[in-house]
Amino acid sequence: MALSILIDWFPYLFSGIVLTLGLVASALIIGAGVGLPLALGQVYGSLPVRSAIATFVWFFRGLPVLVLLFLFYFGIFPALGLDLPAFYVGAVVLGLWGAAYQSQVFRGAIQSISEGQMIAARSLGMSRFQAIKSIILPQAMRIALPGWSNQYPEILTESSVCYAIGVAELLTRSSQIVSQTYVTMPIYLACAVIFILLSYAGTSCIHMVEKKIAIPGFGPGGS
Amino acid sequence: MTDTTYILRIENIKKAFGKNEVLKGVSLDVRKGETICFIGPSGTGKSTLLRCINQLTIPDSGKIFLNDEEVTHAGPRINYFRQKIGMVFQNFFLFDHLTAVRNVEIALLKVKKMNPKEAREKAMFELKQVGMADWADHYPAELSGGQAQRVSIARALAMDPDIMLFDEPTSALDPELTREVLEVMKKLALEGMTMLVVTHEMGFACSVANKICFMEHGHIKEQGTPAELLNNPEFERCKAFIGEFREYSQ
Amino acid sequence: MDQITFIFDIMVPAFANGLLITLALVAVTAPIGFLLGVGVACGRVYGGKGLSWLMQLYTIFFRGCPLLLLLFILYFGLPSLGIVLTPFVASVLGFIFCNSAYNSEYVRGSILSVKEGQLIAAKALGMTKNQAILNIVLPQALRRSIPGVSNEFIYLIKYSSLAYMITVIELTGASKLIATKYFAYNETFIAVAIVYLALVTITTFGANALEKKYAIPG
Repeated sequence: MALSILIDWFPYLFSGIVLTLGLVASALIIGAGVGLPLALGQVYGSLPVRSAIATFVWFFRGLPVLVLLFLFYFGIFPALGLDLPAFYVGAVVLGLWGAAYQSQVFRGAIQSISEGQMIAARSLGMSRFQAIKSIILPQAMRIALPGWSNQYPEILTESSVCYAIGVAELLTRSSQIVSQTYVTMPIYLACAVIFILLSYAGTSCIHMVEKKIAIPGFGPGGS
Repeated sequence: MTDTTYILRIENIKKAFGKNEVLKGVSLDVRKGETICFIGPSGTGKSTLLRCINQLTIPDSGKIFLNDEEVTHAGPRINYFRQKIGMVFQNFFLFDHLTAVRNVEIALLKVKKMNPKEAREKAMFELKQVGMADWADHYPAELSGGQAQRVSIARALAMDPDIMLFDEPTSALDPELTREVLEVMKKLALEGMTMLVVTHEMGFACSVANKICFMEHGHIKEQGTPAELLNNPEFERCKAFIGEFREYSQ
Repeated sequence: MDQITFIFDIMVPAFANGLLITLALVAVTAPIGFLLGVGVACGRVYGGKGLSWLMQLYTIFFRGCPLLLLLFILYFGLPSLGIVLTPFVASVLGFIFCNSAYNSEYVRGSILSVKEGQLIAAKALGMTKNQAILNIVLPQALRRSIPGVSNEFIYLIKYSSLAYMITVIELTGASKLIATKYFAYNETFIAVAIVYLALVTITTFGANALEKKYAIPG
């Protein structure tokens, strides 16, 4: 019986999977897009810039995602006159939360690159900007990838908290099915299995990319 | 081979790191095609002097001229001068994420904005010059120290510099690997490249250099041709240093 | 109602009650989660094939399953099997599963980082395998796992907020109720954010001190 319910409701559940992956993808993109400039600012910026970024990181890493969601969905965004749908709020909050973490991964990677790389690049006549873009970042990105890929399962599981502000993601959909059908355990367990499979599949993809861009004697995955 | 015009003029360069005065007013004129070796105890400012020449270290005062153009206080134009002043480092500083040939061509592409085909040809030509053409597709981690240093020489040469700075290019190498790098440098000197070399290799200095500068305590204490330094009694400190140095290295 | 009355007569007492529940959740979970994590790690490293596999399944499930879903399973799901838990017990149970699964990974990593020679040397002195693990390997491994475990402890403070989603009125729950009732979202959530930041910052300092104290030279 449980199986037939699962099959009947699968399209409904599937729309939840799509939204969950949408949340994760936008959060990862926002996270990298914001996290990388933050990292550059923390390494190359002036003292006020560095402390502003450190405060941002402290704020977003110090708070539960649930509190961040409440704060932005009920508080900050409405106060700014922004009437954003829950999905966007979820994506932005998860994105900024991820950016705080990713900036630290990127920062560590940039700082791990020996000073000589910058010196050699400058000695060839590259500007600071060219050296960062062509020499430092390509190396830093490879070093950051394993740490960065830890972000995926973390954001995936954390995205379920968006249930609290009514985003119709996988957990929300599952709960709705439970309240419609009164079948609880099989639905919830199916939901758990889907989350675990998504986590496994995504992580495997990232490992494949890591192998593909590995350079001999350079970073993890190298010889 | 030498020309009468000065290609590089160093005027009264001073540099201090905190309270530590590393360079106390160094002046030197370099003719085109000359090879000048800097010797002396460590910590006497030899490497700092080289880095001041291409402004990787900004001197506190003094001026540098390349072909009568001022390199100091050049603003963003320093990136142009750095193309004209090649530099080779003790620890190679090859770009670890790029193959040998990519290491040589990256600045051609990004700085000189050469088209990819030309840049590749130029890079391969320079690798051939240092005997590394067969290793073009290897990453720095796959090269021996001597090979890596030869690639880094090719990388600097690819920019068609007017002058090359060598900052202890063989200090990180075993004797055997040292030889292959010195061979390349000797060939360059014979071809007429202007070279400033900080080194402890007395054999190389005596056989290749037109002039040896003995540096101590932030000054060029004594300078002259190898023959003068070794035979002339007025160069006492230098001879004493060379003597000590030979004793240690034996 | 003015701000001062709102803060002192409404917010402070509610937050105090909420904070107490949050601390209770953390205080019950942390020691059990840690010990269970060590047990799971030992099972994975030293257990037979079956046990090791089982422990691996444990970590995969509890790390891969979102914590909020786990709480729903424990609180809304288990009653269908005839097991009814109070919200507090369901929360603590969920946190323990999650916390121990993550801790086991840190502890396992540090057990594997202890050199094999240590175990061999201990056995050479006549210790049994269990004695060697207990007296030689674990003391070293646990010290090395302090950074990971304390990090997980900080996570626990933060994710304890999820208990509110199964009706435990802890810190986040208390703030949500006030915010909704008095329609004061920004003030209340910023206030609760400050409390969490204080908790997390103090704990981070504590964790760093602990790390320093137990660092092994070399």
